[in-house]
Amino acid sequence: MSLQTLTYIAVGASFLLYIGIALWSRAKTTAEFYVAGKGVHPIANGMATAADWMSAASFISMAGLIAFLGYEGGVYLMGWTGGYVLLALLLAPYLRKYGKFSVPEFIGDRYYSSAARLVAAVCLIFISFTYVAGQMRGVGIVFSRFLEVDIDTGLYIGMAIVFVYAVLGGMRGITYTQVAQYCVLIFAYTVPAVFLSLQFTGVMLPQIGLGSEMVDGSGPLLEKLDQVIVDLGFSSYTAPFNDMSMVNMAAITLALMVGTAGLPHVIVRFFTVPSVNDARRSAVWALVFIAVLYTTAPAVGALARMNLVDTINGPAQQGVPYIEMPQWFKTWENSGLVAWHDHNGDGRLQHAAGNAVDGKPKFLGDPDDSAARGQWGQRLLSNPFNGLEAAAAPFSNEVYIDRDIMVLANPEIAGLPNWVIALVAAGGVAAALSTAAGLLLVISVAVSHDILKSTFAKGMNEKQELAAGRIAAAIAIIIAGFLGLNPPAFVAQVVAFAFGLAASSLFPVILLGIFSKRVNKWGAIAGMSVGLIFTMAYIIYFKGVFIAPLAENIPDNWLLGISPEGIGSVGMIVNFMVTLGVSRLTSPPPEDVQAMVERIRQPG
Amino acid sequence: MPETSVENNKSTHYWRDNVRLILLCLLIWFLLSFGAGILFVEVLNRASVGGYPLGFWFAQQGSIIGFILLILFYNYRVRKLESKYSIEDANISE
Repeated sequence: MSLQTLTYIAVGASFLLYIGIALWSRAKTTAEFYVAGKGVHPIANGMATAADWMSAASFISMAGLIAFLGYEGGVYLMGWTGGYVLLALLLAPYLRKYGKFSVPEFIGDRYYSSAARLVAAVCLIFISFTYVAGQMRGVGIVFSRFLEVDIDTGLYIGMAIVFVYAVLGGMRGITYTQVAQYCVLIFAYTVPAVFLSLQFTGVMLPQIGLGSEMVDGSGPLLEKLDQVIVDLGFSSYTAPFNDMSMVNMAAITLALMVGTAGLPHVIVRFFTVPSVNDARRSAVWALVFIAVLYTTAPAVGALARMNLVDTINGPAQQGVPYIEMPQWFKTWENSGLVAWHDHNGDGRLQHAAGNAVDGKPKFLGDPDDSAARGQWGQRLLSNPFNGLEAAAAPFSNEVYIDRDIMVLANPEIAGLPNWVIALVAAGGVAAALSTAAGLLLVISVAVSHDILKSTFAKGMNEKQELAAGRIAAAIAIIIAGFLGLNPPAFVAQVVAFAFGLAASSLFPVILLGIFSKRVNKWGAIAGMSVGLIFTMAYIIYFKGVFIAPLAENIPDNWLLGISPEGIGSVGMIVNFMVTLGVSRLTSPPPEDVQAMVERIRQPG
Repeated sequence: MPETSVENNKSTHYWRDNVRLILLCLLIWFLLSFGAGILFVEVLNRASVGGYPLGFWFAQQGSIIGFILLILFYNYRVRKLESKYSIEDANISE
């Protein structure tokens, strides 16, 4: 069977499964729509949380980032898992004990202020929309590459599927579909990793394989990789602090950890289990399920890097002639994510440190335009880099590779069977859809429950509120689809933004709301605003969202050597100080609020 | 009302012990990730586990495994605290 037919079967079958589950687990009440009636088993919730959390970025992009960063890729690995320790110890059990529906609702009750609730709801909507746009785009990319429909059509199909199960099923439907999606995505991620690990090291477990000897007897994999890429002029794979300073690395790791713990669509998953202890157990399960992918990703990254260098430079490191390159190279070249410029005119591809093209490749014509192809059949570029060798590189780099293709192209590069490639496509879609659905749900809850019901339409009955929730989810899907079709320039900066904002606005206020009885309304509102504005201003200053950046984004210009990706950790500290300081200067919260804090601290 | 004050005392003690336990766990959390994975990575890299330099292993594998064990440890200890102060984990679905 052709790859395309197999991919249609794999993706189609997974969609049928999701829709079937959605129909079986429809939500009938607001409690079912918002928090799945609080009846989700902790293991099921752990799986759903893992799928909810692991987005297209984790599945498609992370291993590619690690492949090129090496040791420094640890910021994502530690940052995106360490947050679960904070969640399990500091937030999840208490928010579950609090026992209502949403994060803004908690902030509103704890700080006896509907203004605080509204601010939190707006933060949540902003964070979630920026995130969801990226997921929709991810669905579109997988569809366009593997099913050969265009990105926009892929996006409509994705929207339709999410629409069915998020709008009908609410949290209940989403939870059980996410369980299925976790199984699909983890299978799709680990199978090629096991194959690769066997191929290179003869060890089945990629986690062990990464630390093992090469099959060809050339010594430990990591040592070999270090040696190969250093010879090509790259910085060492395992040695620390080539790509980031120690301070910056710590700041980014902290911002990602705290941001994870402050992301509303993750927090709200812990509202769905029956008891406080189940919330704690569920956090362990969530991290176990996440760790399966997160401990595999470093192996995938390193093996992919090795594989790539081998395939392009060939066994003798002299480069492989373009006409002999395998099909995957040409397919990805057609989608514009890899490119080759023959600097030395020998008809062979050579990969080393340094830029092959000036920024992103600009091709002379469309893939099917034969006039825009060179003598070997390669797509010609209008912006090749000057062709000089980078310092320490043995020859000039001729190959451009988009980091996002590493996971998707890996099975093809390794020559794995077609069904594995089809599976990876279904896994990528599952990762994107599960996260999109979780985000759309918290958006709809924020709109119907935190903004409409609490402020503008207090008289709504349960049926009306449920309808409002469904309508809000439907509108949110349409807006998300629109953002996916017309990605604003800043979608690429989403990660820095969403995590930085969650870390500097929501996390400190929720944490202090539980662990301090003295913190009051004025402190919380001041802390959230100052933390948010500080972080936002710093990111905009260097990255320029809506406006041109005001300063060049280089280490010399950064505050304390911290890049915009890590500034959320400073914003968090600012928020803590302002919240505590302002609370000290103003009157303590009323008796009933202090009693509520006492109550949520006790599990019984 | 003596009963309420005993009750209050019990919950204050539970909370104090719980906060101590959390602080201990956060210290371990910090040492696992920021300590072994970042601050001391160069020193640890001189040793190796399997074919991994040790610091690199902490940054890409060990910290994650450690986090799981840490949450398990906390959950176990906090349950012990709850039984010490005889606090029941009620099925709350309000």
